[in-house]
Amino acid sequence: MSQATADPRLSGPRTAPRRRMRLSWADPMFRSVVWQIVIVGIVVAIGWYLVRNTTANLAARHIATGFGFLGRVAGIPIGESLIPYNPAADTYGTALLIGVLNTLKVAVIGVVLATILGTLIGIGRLSKNWLLAKLTGFYVETLRDIPLLLQLLFWYTILQGLPGPKQAFHLGNVAFLSNRGLKLPLLDWQPAHTWALLALIGGVIGTVLCNRRASRQQEVTGVRPAVWPVAVGLLVGLPLAVWAALGAPFQLELPELKGFNFQGGGSFSPEYFALMVGLVTYTASYIAEIVRSGIQAIPLGQWEAAGALGLRSGQVLRLTVLPQALRVIIPPMTSQYLNLAKNSSLAVAVGFQDVVSVANTTLNQTGQAIEGIAFIMAVYLSISLSISLFMNWYNARIALVER
Amino acid sequence: MSEAVTADHVPTEAREQIKVASLGPWAWLRANLLANAWSTAITLALGYIIVRVLFALISWGIVHAVWTVPYGPTGIADTSVCQNAVGIGACWAILADKYRLILFGRYPYDEQWRPAVVVLLFVGLYIVSGLRRFWRKELALIWVVTLAAVGVLMWGGVLGLSSVSNDNWGGLPLTLILATFGAAFSFPLAVLVALGRRSTTLPAVKLLCVLYVELIRGVPLIAVLFMASVMFPLFMPAGVNVDKLLRAQIAFILFAGAYLAEVVRGGLQALPKGQAEAADALGLNYWQKTAFVVLPQALRLVIPPLVNTFIGFFKDTSLVLIIGLFDLLTMGKVALSDPPWQSFSTEVYLGLAVIYIAFCFAMSKYSRSLERDLNRARGR
Repeated sequence: MSQATADPRLSGPRTAPRRRMRLSWADPMFRSVVWQIVIVGIVVAIGWYLVRNTTANLAARHIATGFGFLGRVAGIPIGESLIPYNPAADTYGTALLIGVLNTLKVAVIGVVLATILGTLIGIGRLSKNWLLAKLTGFYVETLRDIPLLLQLLFWYTILQGLPGPKQAFHLGNVAFLSNRGLKLPLLDWQPAHTWALLALIGGVIGTVLCNRRASRQQEVTGVRPAVWPVAVGLLVGLPLAVWAALGAPFQLELPELKGFNFQGGGSFSPEYFALMVGLVTYTASYIAEIVRSGIQAIPLGQWEAAGALGLRSGQVLRLTVLPQALRVIIPPMTSQYLNLAKNSSLAVAVGFQDVVSVANTTLNQTGQAIEGIAFIMAVYLSISLSISLFMNWYNARIALVER
Repeated sequence: MSEAVTADHVPTEAREQIKVASLGPWAWLRANLLANAWSTAITLALGYIIVRVLFALISWGIVHAVWTVPYGPTGIADTSVCQNAVGIGACWAILADKYRLILFGRYPYDEQWRPAVVVLLFVGLYIVSGLRRFWRKELALIWVVTLAAVGVLMWGGVLGLSSVSNDNWGGLPLTLILATFGAAFSFPLAVLVALGRRSTTLPAVKLLCVLYVELIRGVPLIAVLFMASVMFPLFMPAGVNVDKLLRAQIAFILFAGAYLAEVVRGGLQALPKGQAEAADALGLNYWQKTAFVVLPQALRLVIPPLVNTFIGFFKDTSLVLIIGLFDLLTMGKVALSDPPWQSFSTEVYLGLAVIYIAFCFAMSKYSRSLERDLNRARGR
């Protein structure tokens, strides 16, 4: 060892000795500095020119710059909102916040649903059943080739063409689909439910810990203690026990037809419903291809080797194939999630009030074009960055650990 | 699904196919549709759904469809036949009535052969670009000449063609113009940005390129288009008015540039380092090395993803609907705003979908076969 470290060739990467830059065109360092100054100078000059024009234009139109308008009363009617909103009294700031929340509502639920649907279709394409494989193939080929905007408009028209509330399609008189959207029964939320939910979260943490302990024990003794009785107890028993201990309240609020529309219950507006159906089916067609190629990327030998070790087919999938397939799947999946989040901005075309729609109304009303667009960009950049960070973290976690 | 996933393993599959084919159709059915109880159940359920949907579609789209409607003395269509058939049969008469409007927008009616020729020119350009024997430097010349010809035909004003303002452009030619000009102008930009992002000697330029690419890729196209439509006028000095089409086109070029730059960067990264080092050893300077050694190989590597990115832009052009340009999709909506025809949007949307599918399917089919060919040529 001491010999190896004494060898200068093995003592880390060699770097050229630092030398002083000569003020001559023959010196590459000098050239690179000059080029950088020239290019950055051009960009700064263009930027300065645009800023100067903009300030002159804004002054000529008597538009004050800055985000002061956020405190003014908005007066934008907003159809659906996750927080209480009164157009006559609430400010632009509140309206934009509602827009952001609506965008998140679409993006988060959309990502979950598109992943489930896409995975099912991707696996369906690999099925040995000829009909299923061809049908899912047809789904993928068709939906990928039609612009999302056209699909959204199509779904929206379909929803508007549905019968009115009185002739709504219904499922056992509790869920209704009409041209006013989808109405569902809503659980009357009691404190007991909150506690049961907390108990469930605690149960999940407990199960994960228990699973880890089992893995450690398996490594030491070679025998894996059964985890599932504890898991069932923690995941099902504990929340149920908490819920029952607090009096087991269970009351559904059903949507009821009153006059021309439904009252009560939970609801998805036609705009939200159309946007969701369009986004999910479109993104699922891309996710299906990613899942398919991810699974196909695993060589057959891996299946066979796992089988030779005596693993059952479920274990082969869970312990051998999926961990490897996920490494292929995660990076392109990340970009599909980003695409879905960005594509949710097409909500403006079907009249769902996401952040783009609200910001657009705001900038039309106030003339604060720059602030409005800066706000949209900031929101999407933060969403994109959060998704990227999370997926990179996940990707690093499942990455192959090499020596 | 465990046995389903062996499809990639060619020898076994080929062997099975030969075995199955030699046993006739019944064996094929047994192997592919009725392999076990689970498979049979799926086949039956799907078969039932497909048959039901197909019958409903044939009944709606062909048997009970309305193909033509009578016209009143003032030339206004009498759509009562269609109105009566709503929900029972399709009203294809709207496409027969409106196809010129949807395809060519509000281009003067008698001059509409010009946008038609433009569409053919674009299709010809795509086909020529797809043929591998044209993958030479002359291809750039072909693109310049074709795009110039497109400009002359659309604007007119020379060669005895009457002049048509671009406010009257619309429909399919506009969609193709936005996508193709966008790709043509963003490509050189993308190559420069990708080179800048890979630069080791110019950190400031690298930073600028990273900022540009990540900023554009982090926001939706709508935000970029809004920027072009509401912020761009503020950027210009007073009195300078850039028209809407050009603004949208610039937005498109900037947007496409960022995405293409990442594709090109992928190609640059995939190229073995030895190529650049060999060029250095031959004494080539940076631009000689890039133009004669690195780019020709790197770009060849990324042709399939380039085609896929282009398909994406082609579909994304439909977003100009939101800033009020008259592309194919917008013209569909304009056609639907005519009072007698208002309730037949499904038919129009299906018609538009067919056009988009025709273009995108051809391109993606081509991209996949190309990928196979290139992989085979590389001996994988």
